[in-house]
Amino acid sequence: MSRAVSIPALVALLAAIALPLVPGVPTYWITVASYIGFSGIVALGIVVLTGVAGVVSFGQAMFVGFGAYTTAILTTRYGWPAFATLPVAILITGTLAWGIGAITLRLKGHYLPVATIAWNISFFYLTGGLDFFRRFDGISGIPPIAIGDFTFTSGGASFYYLTLAIVALLVVLTANLLDSRVGRAIRALRGGVLAAESFGIDTGRARILAFVYAAVLASISGWLYAHFQRAINPSPFSINASIDYLLMAVAGGIGQIGGALLGSGIVTIVREKLQDVLPHLIGTQGNFEAIVFGFVLILIFQFAPEGLMPYLRRLGGRLSRAVSPERPVVAAPPPARLPPERGTEVLGVADLRKTFGGLVAVDDIGFTVRAGEIVGLIGPNGAGKSTTFNLVTGVMPASAGEVRFLGQPVQGWLSRRIARLGLARTFQHVKLVHGMSVIDNVVIGAHLDGHAGAIQGALRLDRAEEERLFARARAAIARVGLSEYEQTIATELALGQQRLVEIARALAADPVMILLDEPAAGLRHAEKTALADLLRDLRESGIAVLLVEHDMDFVMGLTDRLVVMNFGSELAQGRPAEIQRNPAVLEAYLGSAA
Amino acid sequence: MTPADGAAPLLALERFCVAYGRVEAVHEVSLNVPEGSIVTILGPNGAGKTTLLSAIMGVLPARGGATFRGAPLGRRSVEERVQDGMSLVAEKRELFVTMSVEDNLRLGGFRRRGTAAFDEALEAMWRLFPRLDERRSQLAGTLSGGERQMLATARALMSGPRLLMLDEPSLGLAPLIVKEVFRIIAELRRTGVSILLVEQNARAALEAADYAYVLENGEVVLEGPAADLRQDERVIATYLGIKSVAT
Amino acid sequence: MTLPPLRGHVGLRAEAGRGPSREVVPARVTGTALDLSISLILLQDGVVNAAIYALLALAMVLLFTVTRVIFVPIGEFVSFGALTLAALEAGHMPGTAWLLVLFGLAAAVATLWAERRNLTTRIWLKTLGETIVLPAAIVGLVLLLAPLKPPQAVQVALALLMTAPLGLYMYATVYRPIAEASVLVLLIVSVALHIALVGLGLVFFGAEGSRTTALSEASLALGDLVVSGQALSVLAVTAALIAGLYLFFERTLIGKALQATAVNRLGARLVGISPAFSGRFAFGLAALIGTLGGILISPLTTVYYDTGFIIGLKGFVAAIIGGLVSYPIAAAAAILVGVIESFASFFASELKEVIVFMIIVPILLIRSRGALVLEDEE
Repeated sequence: MSRAVSIPALVALLAAIALPLVPGVPTYWITVASYIGFSGIVALGIVVLTGVAGVVSFGQAMFVGFGAYTTAILTTRYGWPAFATLPVAILITGTLAWGIGAITLRLKGHYLPVATIAWNISFFYLTGGLDFFRRFDGISGIPPIAIGDFTFTSGGASFYYLTLAIVALLVVLTANLLDSRVGRAIRALRGGVLAAESFGIDTGRARILAFVYAAVLASISGWLYAHFQRAINPSPFSINASIDYLLMAVAGGIGQIGGALLGSGIVTIVREKLQDVLPHLIGTQGNFEAIVFGFVLILIFQFAPEGLMPYLRRLGGRLSRAVSPERPVVAAPPPARLPPERGTEVLGVADLRKTFGGLVAVDDIGFTVRAGEIVGLIGPNGAGKSTTFNLVTGVMPASAGEVRFLGQPVQGWLSRRIARLGLARTFQHVKLVHGMSVIDNVVIGAHLDGHAGAIQGALRLDRAEEERLFARARAAIARVGLSEYEQTIATELALGQQRLVEIARALAADPVMILLDEPAAGLRHAEKTALADLLRDLRESGIAVLLVEHDMDFVMGLTDRLVVMNFGSELAQGRPAEIQRNPAVLEAYLGSAA
Repeated sequence: MTPADGAAPLLALERFCVAYGRVEAVHEVSLNVPEGSIVTILGPNGAGKTTLLSAIMGVLPARGGATFRGAPLGRRSVEERVQDGMSLVAEKRELFVTMSVEDNLRLGGFRRRGTAAFDEALEAMWRLFPRLDERRSQLAGTLSGGERQMLATARALMSGPRLLMLDEPSLGLAPLIVKEVFRIIAELRRTGVSILLVEQNARAALEAADYAYVLENGEVVLEGPAADLRQDERVIATYLGIKSVAT
Repeated sequence: MTLPPLRGHVGLRAEAGRGPSREVVPARVTGTALDLSISLILLQDGVVNAAIYALLALAMVLLFTVTRVIFVPIGEFVSFGALTLAALEAGHMPGTAWLLVLFGLAAAVATLWAERRNLTTRIWLKTLGETIVLPAAIVGLVLLLAPLKPPQAVQVALALLMTAPLGLYMYATVYRPIAEASVLVLLIVSVALHIALVGLGLVFFGAEGSRTTALSEASLALGDLVVSGQALSVLAVTAALIAGLYLFFERTLIGKALQATAVNRLGARLVGISPAFSGRFAFGLAALIGTLGGILISPLTTVYYDTGFIIGLKGFVAAIIGGLVSYPIAAAAAILVGVIESFASFFASELKEVIVFMIIVPILLIRSRGALVLEDEE
């Protein structure tokens, strides 16, 4: 993602700073601008949560409420100064969001949004029903924010600048976060959970992190709001408000930081105008802007699901630099681990079995792969090759049998744990993250070589580590011969090149062993030859390679040994030349006609 | 040369292209299926065969010319193509696994429910697939691989198609069942249904078909009467495969 | 200076204004200890509400399995159905007439746009007939009959006739153009539609609540417990509807076609069941059930333009417990929700809603334990 400060962003910032300085600007507009800031902060969280991590929440207003009620209660009842409540609000919201996320985030797509509806409504009735929250009357008499003798008065320029400073800070932190190791883990969710987990990313954790981050931003917004309004009640934190925030993020362009602010600007101003104009036009009471916004959101999804930001981007395309920042080229770091001695057993599979209901998909399969060896797993479709692959990589648990990796029994382990031992893989259907450059995709492979967390990332304390990871990725890309495409969007490459990007991603993990799932499928002849050369090169360097493949020519010329499967069980095992003469194999492949 | 010169083709593709986003999976394929014939498409995994059939059926959008029974297919929907007389037995069979065999069959004739042809077709299917008749009330999901293939084929025939497209009918089946599948394919031809067959088992497909196309990387690289292709060096080397390598 | 522009949300604010005392079934007994007779009354209240939640839950499961739409606006059908009947009872023209005409027009535009590449005379006539002529005819009929204050059965029929077709028009306008979108997009759109409909409800029905006369004034004494005729009619109608749905799905080919779409969408298309056909049918059915729910509940409680949302959500909690796919679990869960709500309103009426919505938490916890961590994208 682009971290470079673009010219439009600078112009927007300068305009925002200049707004109160323009003579004759009514306070009304400064108030509106402050509100844009409040909701922009919430929408910024939604960009990370929904746009980047792909998690939809209808409960963000509840988190705004957490922040607002925390400070309201602490300041009015316990006399805390406003600034002192901010860390508490962040802590409480973060903890609650973590708990809520832990319950719901492991579930399939639509449960979370549905659960957030329930959470938000419960919060509404909880605050409205308990004396502790002063019921529907709400809490008033909230003091303004003050530092020493200086008071940030609502509606004045000082509060506006405070809001602006916080917005600017959060924008920078968010951009930094997305451009860090943790940010890439969150972005990797969109390339599929399987791929992310196979490179050691704890996807559940990445999702919770995004959820907590968005909640904390919402809470900060609520803190500001409470001290701006000086009085709160449950209604601004209802489910309807949550939907407004979602509308803002979606209208602006949900994948982009600028979209959050753009969307909250448009929605806030349009609402303001609608509330002025519509009742006059129609002449009755009503909540007309809700009607308009409801249908606008529907129309956005029907006609411009990407939001408005991409259109603006195109208009001002020449002004903004959308490429990743250049990084200093450093020499490839030494390998993270020493390869085992050539010939030692890397993967050992014994009596491996998988049943689905009554169906035996893998029936007592056993084989070994040694360092510096290429082994092929072949067989007709439905023979159980993919299932075997999934059992070995920890995607699904085996029903029985043993899998050893470097002598360590790993059956029952999750993929991300096995990945730590040095197992990397590619996928039959390429799983790269959409919209991300080749290098950003490949560096995900080096995830386990880094340790920086979200806070280090957001504060840019991770630069040395980042350089090392990127150097590793760059070396891997060079090894598969794609150096000139480093900055290209990976999913826009030809299929053959995408497969190479996957191999580069696997290499960036500095693996002891690589598993390749149909690497030659869809490749042209010249590409296959190049791929075979690359795999031989890997073998030379002592990496163990296991590949599932259909292309006989490819497999026969390349592998050291073959395992042939049919109907879930082993049909034959041996050197390619032996396999070609094996009568059982000939029978299975050619049918009874042979 | 076109297969069976003179007869107007039932299905004609002219520079037919299918793309997933920017990646083109099928490139300028031209292909004819004459009335009453069996045409097969061979090719390695990932060559675009399944994509091609899906696009002919309208499941995937395509560019280029496509006419069926003399009328352009244009943007007709899948359901309209079923109505026109096309039927696809997909690679994954796409059965209604939690419903009975009989319900699956009846739904196959959904577009002509309530007609006499519907009842006749149902009776015909029980005769053609006695194994299904024995399992009328069994859930489709509990059938064996071969029975699933039969049910999928029977369901496709319930709509009374002129063109039946079969995607990998022998996939994952035991050799004995594969034989049975090809026996049924041959029998269907006698009822006047034309067949477009995608198959990995190149030998069996070339035995059954009149004409064959070889698809590689989304393009037709070779075509001709099936009998000729059986003798073709390249086909033997690549698809009738291991044998030539081994000897 | 106008008040802060950011937070003008009417839906729940209006509710806040009326305070949390509004309840689907007024707590008839408070401040007394729970004894057997009170328990029985609470149980009866709970079961009656549960019957309505069950209907809504079934409609949601139906719609979700067939179209993947999580139909949040089903609650608006409850509100609109009840308010339409109330208006008819009072001899007024219900505000639904406007909604019907407006959504009909929108559906006409959307359908003609969707079919713009093959606009035959037949499609023109069919579309205009369904979206312009039909609403006009219904409104005409109501104009004719409403002032006559026809018998209750006719009023109920008119209320169904006016409200349920909105489901078809919403499908054509809102959902059909994005039928292939992800569940999440469809959910966001559902929520947006709900927001817009609540706004429209306020415009066309006003902020006043209404209550209709009971379908049956009779009552039945069972020992200590007096069962109202309304309660019995709710249970009877619900039972009949569930039986009817069962027969429809098990005995008719169209019912099986809807099931088939739910089981395998591609498979259904390959046999010529168009998603538009199934979608229309499912939406029509769900709208009908929702409206019926509103008609059944309208004598039991005062219904406002936004009451349906909360009622719908309780049906929804039940549907979620059934994983959005299981009809029997959803129906059973609806009973649980109704009874818990009823007892919660006795013990902690302020927190009634909170308790009901929090039922979902342990359920999600249980589900999450069995969930595959490595679930891949849809």
